[in-house]
Amino acid sequence: MLKIKDLAVRLEEEDKTILRGVDLEVPAGAVHAIMGPNGSGKSTLSYVLAGRDGYEVTGGSATLDDEDILEMDPEERAASGLFLAFQYPVEIPGVGNMTFLRTALNSQRKARGEPEVSAPDFLKLIRAKAKELNIDADMLKRPVNVGFSGGEKKRNEILQMALLEPRMCILDETDSGLDVDAMKLVSRGVNALRSEGRGFLVITHYQRLLDHIEPDVVHIMAEGRIIETGGPELARKVENEGYTDIMKSVA
Amino acid sequence: MVTEAKRSAAEQMLSAMPAPAGEAGWAREARAAARTRLLESGAPVRRDEYWKYTDPAALTTPLRLADGGVAADRSRDPFTVLTDRVALFVGGKFRADLSAPLSQPGLAVATLGETLAQDISVMREIYGVLEAAGQEKVDRPLASLNTAASTEGLALQATGPGGVIHLRYDNVVEGAAMVRHLIRVEEGAELTVLESGVAANTVIEADIADGGKLRHIRLQNEDRVAIATHLFAKIGSEAEFKTFTLSADGGLTRNEVVIEMTGDNGRGHIAGAVLAQGESHIDNTVFVTHDGVACESRQVFKNVLGGRAKGIFQGKIFVRDGAQKTDGYQISQAVLLDDGAEFSAKPELEIYADDVACSHGSTTGALDPAALFYLRSRGVPQKAAEAMLIAAFAEEAIEEIDDDNLADAMRAEVERWMAGRG
Repeated sequence: MLKIKDLAVRLEEEDKTILRGVDLEVPAGAVHAIMGPNGSGKSTLSYVLAGRDGYEVTGGSATLDDEDILEMDPEERAASGLFLAFQYPVEIPGVGNMTFLRTALNSQRKARGEPEVSAPDFLKLIRAKAKELNIDADMLKRPVNVGFSGGEKKRNEILQMALLEPRMCILDETDSGLDVDAMKLVSRGVNALRSEGRGFLVITHYQRLLDHIEPDVVHIMAEGRIIETGGPELARKVENEGYTDIMKSVA
Repeated sequence: MVTEAKRSAAEQMLSAMPAPAGEAGWAREARAAARTRLLESGAPVRRDEYWKYTDPAALTTPLRLADGGVAADRSRDPFTVLTDRVALFVGGKFRADLSAPLSQPGLAVATLGETLAQDISVMREIYGVLEAAGQEKVDRPLASLNTAASTEGLALQATGPGGVIHLRYDNVVEGAAMVRHLIRVEEGAELTVLESGVAANTVIEADIADGGKLRHIRLQNEDRVAIATHLFAKIGSEAEFKTFTLSADGGLTRNEVVIEMTGDNGRGHIAGAVLAQGESHIDNTVFVTHDGVACESRQVFKNVLGGRAKGIFQGKIFVRDGAQKTDGYQISQAVLLDDGAEFSAKPELEIYADDVACSHGSTTGALDPAALFYLRSRGVPQKAAEAMLIAAFAEEAIEEIDDDNLADAMRAEVERWMAGRG
């Protein structure tokens, strides 16, 4: 589903190379995790895939079901089924969460040539999805992420994912800023979306999220490359030994 | 000292205007005093501090008044669906034949001509009086010109609640329009004045007696070359004045709002949304004077500027000695959509009382790139994402409007402007 080949990326402003040839393939139905120390390029990879400005792809490719996503605008990537759950969801004063969610859903449907969802149908849909994530009516009415707690922001990300039903979900440090209960709730939301046709790339610094969202494959990233790939046991090795030892053993 | 050039320009502006005839003595005196004010101040020039950001040259060319014309299509005017109480000015001339019957229970309406011909009129305390008082600290020569020469307009006297009037200017012929309205809101009475269309020189003087309320909503979104408006309001005890203007595109637009809270516990709110692109130049200049005790004033201006458009905000809060417990607030903000757009703000405070709370702030910047990316990453196309952020930005000015229908009408105008943006 998601194929990344020898991807090299430079940060435009600082003229600094962040990704130095990333190779990664996430098949449909699989959950892959990327772990790595701070500064290894994990978040950059997620931003580059989602299409944020400020990065220059200097080599390699990234495709979603053989479509080149790097050539697309962020909204086109979203409409073709890519979703990034942000590490730091953005607060947007003055834009109501409901308006935002409905505009997002209908924009994607329109781009795919599907009929838009009517206001009453949308209301039913969003209420059902929100209930599963313990998101109350007040959170839906408020401006996007404004005044939300860390946990509320992350739940709002998962709500968007549940609503938009992307094919490929990238979760960037979704566990950061979450207490144990919130992490359970968010993980339950993610696990409910696991299905044969959907791929996940879970980016995390710590192993604890992977206790809740169990990956099929774990990659270790360091200095802009995937340096090791293994099963779930690799995550536990990181937890026990830290990144330094693994990086040494690879080197 | 007025320079010879300024004085001679003022003389030319005056001589271009026909001399009104058949007026009462008090009106002739008010006109003469205004002529003197204009000649003493002279025409405004770019070197004047008050015109630092806006070149008044296009506003000081002697006006050639329009004559006649037919009414334009009003279907795009959102106020027409909200009220049928329209007073129509075509080519600057009031057209009773095209207007609704204007007097309503609680609202008496006369033409300016009738009013200035009467020996006894409540408007005698207003005509040229508020305008002159509004020049205590700064010259406003274009308002003096209006007092000296305007012959078209209405006198509105609200004596009860619920009055609504829609003043609409149709400029369908060559030539300029000059309009003058006088408003008196009696004790405890209420009035809503809607204004749409544009006239080259408009002055409104509004006297709001104790406990009275005046709401003013103005829409400036039609083609225009250069216009100057002045709104002078005197706000009594426990009285309230709220004005909102949406200015979209067009040429040079200078809106001066000058209010004074003369009684205690008065409120004066002045808000505006500017949506400008191309070569538009929109200047909101506000002067708020606190004289009474415990009065509250708010200035909220939001500017959305694209192309090579310029937005200007000059806002002053002047607190007189003894105006204790004043609560003055001012915010002016701009979003620049293109590199060529510019916003200039000049906030000023002048305070002679020692127990007051006054604050002001101003910001200028682009749309938040992080917010734009977030919206786009969810599938919202770039233009739609920008429109959402612009609507949210303008909303902070629009929400100053109390009436939901009027606020919605302004939201629709913002939406329409964004849809029409290149």
